[in-house]
Amino acid sequence: MEYILNPWPWYVSGPLITLIMVILILFGKNFGMSSNLRTLCTIGGGDKYADFFKINWKSYSWNLVVALGAILGGFIATQYLSNGAPIDLSVETIKDLNTLGFSNAGKNLLPPEIYSWDAILSLKGMSILIIAGFLVGFGARYAGGCTSGHAISGLSNLQMPSLIAVIGFFIGGLVMTHFIIPLIF
Amino acid sequence: MKFIKFLIVGIFFGIILVKSEAVSWYRIFEMFKFQSFHMYGIIGSAVGLGILSIYLIKKTGVKSIEGKDIKIPSKNKSFKNYLFGGILFGFGWALAGACPGPMYILLGTGVFSMLIVIASATLGTFVYGLLRDKLPH
Repeated sequence: MEYILNPWPWYVSGPLITLIMVILILFGKNFGMSSNLRTLCTIGGGDKYADFFKINWKSYSWNLVVALGAILGGFIATQYLSNGAPIDLSVETIKDLNTLGFSNAGKNLLPPEIYSWDAILSLKGMSILIIAGFLVGFGARYAGGCTSGHAISGLSNLQMPSLIAVIGFFIGGLVMTHFIIPLIF
Repeated sequence: MKFIKFLIVGIFFGIILVKSEAVSWYRIFEMFKFQSFHMYGIIGSAVGLGILSIYLIKKTGVKSIEGKDIKIPSKNKSFKNYLFGGILFGFGWALAGACPGPMYILLGTGVFSMLIVIASATLGTFVYGLLRDKLPH
């Protein structure tokens, strides 16, 4: 039980993610979480505004069920399978975050400096979440996939487009982390 | 209940990503700072084993549980949309510290402010759908 309650090392987690991908392939589906956002747009009536949303959402409903399961999984993992151990971040990361004004780095999964209601209920805090979310949704669809669809499934299938997308993910992520986040915080 | 199996897969996915800490904003920050091997180990081992798995699935010609041939659709051969879209996604990923899978999972961990991120990600997808024909692909 101790092994389950403690954070799982990468060499356990990585192969288990592969297992998720393989199970979905054997179910005749493909692993990709961002396409749910497109399905949500279609359900919400997006097909009246753009042909891109003229899809039969019922044929993608299995993926919404995976997302629903993921929500439940998040609940189960934090409520019953965790011992509240802080995230074992590197010393340099904690130091860098401290410099930016993030205290207690790694105590929770997410920084209260971004996700607490105190932070959100300010123009700056609300803008950060809205802009970040918008970029994730817009960018994922423009790139034709996100981390699960490109970085895991696409690279596993040796697809060049996925490699280009993952290089893009890293260019964006590096610029944000090294240059923009220090300007924001 | 044909959906039950997908619900179970989703639950496992959520548990794995929480227990691996891949849903943590801090881990994403640390990854882009190249200050820990953790995330690279997760993605690297997942992809390494994934390459082997898909190779074996194709080689053995194993069928899906519905008895159909397994088809893994290949992506369109283009360049700009993958690079530009990827960069925009990367900005959002590093700022929110969450990509689409973790967004749902984090909501389940009790972070209700994630609903704002999910809503604006849906809006971002919608705006992409509107502008699709005008963007370079």
